[in-house]
Amino acid sequence: MQLRDSEADADFRARARAWLADAVPTLAPEPDPTDWPARRTRDTQWQRLLFDAGYAGINWPAEYGGRGATPTEHLIFLEEANRAGAPDVGVGFVGQMHAGPTLIAEGTPEQQDHHLRGILTGDHVWCQGFSEPEAGSDLASLRTRAVRDGDHYVISGQKIWTSHAQVADYCEMLVRTDPEAPKHKGITWLIVPMDTPGIEVRPLVTVQGSAEFAELFLDEVRVPVTNRVGAENDGWRVANVTLSFERGTGFVGEMLETTRLHGELVRIARQTPRASGTAWDDVGLRREFGALAAELDALWAFTKRNVSAGERGGIPISGGSGFKLAYGALVHRLGDLALRVLDRASLSFDDIGGLPTGAQVHGKLHGFGVSTGGGTSQIQQNILAERVLGLPREAR
Amino acid sequence: MDFALSDDQRDLTDMIRRFADDRFPTETVRAFGEPGGFDRARWGELAALGTFGIALPEDDGGVGLPVVDMVLVHETLGGALTPGPLVAASLLAGLVPGVLEGEVVPAIVDRPTHGPIVVEHLRDADVLVVVDDDGLRVLPAAAVTARHIDHPTDPATPVSVVEALPDEAPIGGAALVARLRLLGSLYASAQLVGNSEASTTLAVEYAKERHQFGRPIGSFQGLKHLLADCLVRTEVARSSVWAAGVIADEPEAGDLARAVAGARVLAAKAGTENAKTGIQVHGGMGFTWEVDAHLFLKRAWVLETQFGDPDGAAEAVADTLVG
Repeated sequence: MQLRDSEADADFRARARAWLADAVPTLAPEPDPTDWPARRTRDTQWQRLLFDAGYAGINWPAEYGGRGATPTEHLIFLEEANRAGAPDVGVGFVGQMHAGPTLIAEGTPEQQDHHLRGILTGDHVWCQGFSEPEAGSDLASLRTRAVRDGDHYVISGQKIWTSHAQVADYCEMLVRTDPEAPKHKGITWLIVPMDTPGIEVRPLVTVQGSAEFAELFLDEVRVPVTNRVGAENDGWRVANVTLSFERGTGFVGEMLETTRLHGELVRIARQTPRASGTAWDDVGLRREFGALAAELDALWAFTKRNVSAGERGGIPISGGSGFKLAYGALVHRLGDLALRVLDRASLSFDDIGGLPTGAQVHGKLHGFGVSTGGGTSQIQQNILAERVLGLPREAR
Repeated sequence: MDFALSDDQRDLTDMIRRFADDRFPTETVRAFGEPGGFDRARWGELAALGTFGIALPEDDGGVGLPVVDMVLVHETLGGALTPGPLVAASLLAGLVPGVLEGEVVPAIVDRPTHGPIVVEHLRDADVLVVVDDDGLRVLPAAAVTARHIDHPTDPATPVSVVEALPDEAPIGGAALVARLRLLGSLYASAQLVGNSEASTTLAVEYAKERHQFGRPIGSFQGLKHLLADCLVRTEVARSSVWAAGVIADEPEAGDLARAVAGARVLAAKAGTENAKTGIQVHGGMGFTWEVDAHLFLKRAWVLETQFGDPDGAAEAVADTLVG
């Protein structure tokens, strides 16, 4: 068991660090977070730089244009990218972490030729059309219909929680093609170009006050049958084949951001006056800072265990559910601590006193995104209890 | 980086687990805490496995494995509720003659700055080792004035209150003490991780067997969520304890003091919270002496204050934050 870099890993790290040091400063400044077209421009500009340097699709197989890096190298690159202040995967998330790997595993050669390069270069931005208003945790109960009409599917229905839909070119969509079949059996996985007539995108404003998601309203949207990935009515399996792709390193960018917010809050605490001294002099607050730092360290180690287990071809410990549960709780606790430190300054999204107080309030509210998105914490608890601890299923 | 168990490490922990299951079943564990119950022969068998010298160089009679392997052994022993001065023996093998072989039973105490001097296993020990900022002193247990407690909280961990410590010349200085404190804290935290997993396993088994309302109670979400949280606490704590173990072997991989303190914060929480949950899951039976659930909680209380406590550890981590 070791944490140090092997010689090859140290070499990879040094080369990545040197490249990042040159590349990051050439980027345009970070845009306003609510300006989605500007965010797309910046994220895809960064993706193009990665592509040209051979760092795009770092964990994708080389025969599909990726770098074919080991999970450890992937982790190293993410660490170094964060250290260099590089953007996170941003609007490239669905394409790189989910749709692309799905096409690699299940797509036709034509679909792979058309889409994979675009994802890697940043030219194609994807969104995910899985969830529906009546199909959240119980995703397989989705009702958006696709009816075969010659060599097209005609889709009608509604999707929700579609990140980046405002600026996406393609949507990976699950639709119901056989309403008579048992609910997991009649689902099909389709590639839906976002400029197809009949798609209406309505931004959904979150508790943070920004439009992170959108709802999609689909009215007789015609998609060629050649856009189907896998067999008709086999979409549930196709969707599940790749859900594991984002486990292990999927949360690394998020976690680095949380680590940064924690560090910033330490700085804020040291500058925030209290009746005696600063907030940092309050032993209760300081202990919570230490406990949260310990937990962040532990979740880093947890990630490294998952990555190493994946490298050995093993099953990651307690899958993504255990990590997500712990991480969600951590983000909430950090947010709670921020409110205690900021006190009345937490009543503003706008920075107060020259400190990045707004980011802390956003961070607090973001906790709900972590603990509800991609399956609520309670759904993760059920998964762990049944699949890992082997407890009996609830009577349904 | 390769942060997963190797086959050798798996074999090592399997061997310890089999030994503990065979030679230290619950009745034996409980009996060890009774006056005169400390079984020197069985303690000798544990020592004969090489347990206390896992991380001691071969030239000194040890097995010569990395510290992280000793961490894994303590995790396993903690899960089995193995009784006796395990941390003391692991720290003192190679320093105090006879400890490695199990012939000399040691007790160890980090001299407190306030409050009573409470020492585990002193009643059954041959020597008491006292550490403080200056160094380390070895005293014959018989020369120490102490009051043995009749009803220790953990029935398998006898404790004594030391009234007065004789003066002895120190062996080893501040640097040695600093290292022992870190390793002692780490081994106790490792035992807490094993403890947290084992108390959860006990509760999970019960939740599968016990029926109410015509169904196993483990099918109810109210219990599932409690037990899933236990699982996560163990895995998070285990990650931090293993990382600290690796850092003890690879100083360039991190700050050992911070890693050990962080591991204490999480391991103490996992040990105590999981054991409490385990009692709750057992319902009324959990509140009885018969069921083992309480043994895990009481042992976790012993371990969480060995060479540091969670509050102090959280502050120690905070002290490393520059902001």
